[in-house]
Amino acid sequence: MDLIRKWVQALFFILTNGYWNFPVTKGIYKGPLKIVCSPGLNCYSCPAATTYCPLGSLQQLLAGIRMSIENGQLFFGLYVVGTMGVIGGFVGRMVCGWACPFGLFQELLNKIPSPKFGIWPPLRYIKYGLLLFMVILLPLFALDEFGFGSTWFCKYLCPAGTLEAGLPMLFLQPGLRANIGPLFFNKLFFLFLFIIWAVLASRPFCRTACPLGAFYALFSRIKLVKLRLDPAKCTDCKACHNVCPMGVRFNESPDDMECISCLACSKACKFNAITLEIGGLSITSQPRPSVCQLKKPTQATNTSN
Amino acid sequence: MMDTKKKPLKQKIRLAPFVTIFIFLVLGIIGITVDEPSRVLEQATQICLSCIGIG
Repeated sequence: MDLIRKWVQALFFILTNGYWNFPVTKGIYKGPLKIVCSPGLNCYSCPAATTYCPLGSLQQLLAGIRMSIENGQLFFGLYVVGTMGVIGGFVGRMVCGWACPFGLFQELLNKIPSPKFGIWPPLRYIKYGLLLFMVILLPLFALDEFGFGSTWFCKYLCPAGTLEAGLPMLFLQPGLRANIGPLFFNKLFFLFLFIIWAVLASRPFCRTACPLGAFYALFSRIKLVKLRLDPAKCTDCKACHNVCPMGVRFNESPDDMECISCLACSKACKFNAITLEIGGLSITSQPRPSVCQLKKPTQATNTSN
Repeated sequence: MMDTKKKPLKQKIRLAPFVTIFIFLVLGIIGITVDEPSRVLEQATQICLSCIGIG
């Protein structure tokens, strides 16, 4: 299943970054596909990006909401929020595990041999604050002298934007290098911080700072496709604890907001207690293991959590 | 561990996801009716330099 997930991640990476003519045009894709929402975090100023980033679009719409209203346009971000909500309602944070290019990037970084560390659980709440303040409230209410807000998360923090758009654009358009200032170095700092952290710990940006993941996490209890625990089969062996890349103790909190439905726990469970369900109906069913299989010791494959 | 540990799971269709998806679908359709996608397209086809830390 992990191999299938890797292929799906690669497919979404290619679909959302499928404009390979950028070395010739030296610019970004400007075609009609940019009306389609990228399910994962993927900067639309990336030269190869074919879709729009929901976080970037939402901030831009909220930042310019007063000007829109003055012009008689009711651009409140409903199209963007509606799209994000439909995705969240279907799969929630499964996007993080299966369709996010920056999630894939962090997973690849974590494969670099190094000592692995856990992440202090309370840090997970930072991303909800970032969603509320840097994506919604500050773009909406912190205005410049012309009445415009700013894209706070993109401008000051987003490491995906620096990696996918900032650095490539500086390479493609050398004239832009004259504009580099403290803002860019601030963003570069966050990019390197999360790169180093991702080598040492599993998915640190997803777990602590991604507002898109925070939004999808709000659907953890009600999303259509989710993992389900069968308490009758669970032996509390804690095999699911050891393999989770998000530090979730699945058998203790099956609706955990951190769960990205990567199915690592389902694969690790020897008792078939964790299954995938759609709308309440289980769709995965593994054969019950034999007694001999059950007696084999459980091997922890990931101790970073 | 959960209190219901030894109770077998029931196969029951959950309505909440469908209601949620419908609500957000309606929001999205309202956004489309006010022509918001054209604004999104306009934004997404321009490089926002300050957004990517340049300028």
